[in-house]
Amino acid sequence: MSSMEVTNLTREKLRKMFAEGKRFDGRKLDEFRDLKIEFDVSNQAEGSARVRLGKTEVVVGIKLGFGEPYPDSPDKGNLMVSADLLPLASPRFEHGPPGFNAIELPRLVDRAIRASDVINLSDLVIEEGKKVWTVFVDLYPINDDGNLIDAASFGAIAALKKAVLPLLDKDGKIDHKTKSTNPVPLAKDIAPISFSFFKLGDSLILDPTREEQEASEARITFGISTFEGKPMVNSCQKYGEDLFSQEEIEKAMSLLPVKFEEINKKLKSVL
Amino acid sequence: MKNEINEAHEAVEDNSTDSSNSSEPVERRPIVPGEVIVSGEDFLPGDGTRRDGENVLANRFGLAEISGRVVKVIPIFGAFIPRKGNVIIGRVADINFSGWMIDIDYASSAFLGIEECPRFINRNEMDQFLAIGDVIAAKIWGVKSKGIDLTLKGKGLGKLEGGFIFRTIPSRVPRVIGREGSMITLVKEKTSCQITVGQNGWIWIKGEKIEDEIKARKAIEFIASQVLVSGLTEKMEEWFENN
Repeated sequence: MSSMEVTNLTREKLRKMFAEGKRFDGRKLDEFRDLKIEFDVSNQAEGSARVRLGKTEVVVGIKLGFGEPYPDSPDKGNLMVSADLLPLASPRFEHGPPGFNAIELPRLVDRAIRASDVINLSDLVIEEGKKVWTVFVDLYPINDDGNLIDAASFGAIAALKKAVLPLLDKDGKIDHKTKSTNPVPLAKDIAPISFSFFKLGDSLILDPTREEQEASEARITFGISTFEGKPMVNSCQKYGEDLFSQEEIEKAMSLLPVKFEEINKKLKSVL
Repeated sequence: MKNEINEAHEAVEDNSTDSSNSSEPVERRPIVPGEVIVSGEDFLPGDGTRRDGENVLANRFGLAEISGRVVKVIPIFGAFIPRKGNVIIGRVADINFSGWMIDIDYASSAFLGIEECPRFINRNEMDQFLAIGDVIAAKIWGVKSKGIDLTLKGKGLGKLEGGFIFRTIPSRVPRVIGREGSMITLVKEKTSCQITVGQNGWIWIKGEKIEDEIKARKAIEFIASQVLVSGLTEKMEEWFENN
């Protein structure tokens, strides 16, 4: 849209509107925009998904390659999440070395996936201590209209669920010619996703548009997955200058299972 | 206040690049760059077109319009290009010794000198008049290589208080304003909001109730999305009945 930063006027107006429970697009404060997920958008990737959350759009690709295990985990495969904030997605994104957001986005998605143990990393070992599979999760925002983190986390898990483990040929190299059908070893009943609550004034909102996101003063992101049949928070990060009170965190906590259920249902219906 | 804002509109409309003022409807059709709009020596290439031998070709993607002898292309997308006399809505980005730097949503920022304010400002208390993040409606009085100069001297110009601002695509601003301000007047009447449209695509809305403001914003966003529709004013009357 534009590169003009958020103004005092808009911030004040949104603060007032949120206090009354209103938003410009008519949603409730905790209501998500229309979520659409498409699969197999890339024919080169082992798994891919395109997520649309309103006007926000993220393409996620999963690639598998050989790697060396880290010295502290010789019996485990590797997971690498990276993001490229393309300048086409937003006037805020520039070419050049990654900035704060470009580092934070993949880290949050990485933590949500890793901490939930959805990928059985020990099943990705080819030769212990020497050769393992590395799962590359690449996040490409195509359009940023706010809430990239949640959209990217939905896309990452959707793409992972559809990803396949490539076949090996006689020499032990990856056979790119034959299409594999072996799924990546995943825990079936877990789908870790993240939810970011944004705070402006005394209001908490979910799934902000860019305008709302830029006006907000603080953000807290929770990575949620399932543990013994119940939703569980397995990662959490706060950003911004404002503080969250105990009541606000409790309010977020009571909302999380509901939203988790809602998005999970949607994910399950497309998978 | 209300009157001043209305007059600010007129200032906007005077500079709008909307189609000719003739009352006869002109036909518009979508066109891509390089496409022949018309052939013939009689036609004069206007904005967004060029002459190549007999033909008048489009330089931009947009709607071709032939009004009389003049052929032009009304772009569908496009950045704001500042011109002298444009009324714009900007955000105060910085304060320095002699004035304010204003972000006007253009590649370079604009400058508002302290002497261009309608009243005397103490140099030590400049942030009491305009602080960083404040919004102003200003007029461009000069576009030079060293920068863009703004003024607040004029009807309806000055700091905007209350309401909110949002952005549409700058090339659709004439559409939002309508012929001789017909469209924006309609929106103002139906929502009883004060509205100022900046040529840089930023629009300020202030109303009594939040519902009115939201409705005005929705209406303007709807207008800006209807690129290929003719007779939009009538359509908007209908839209207001249904919403």
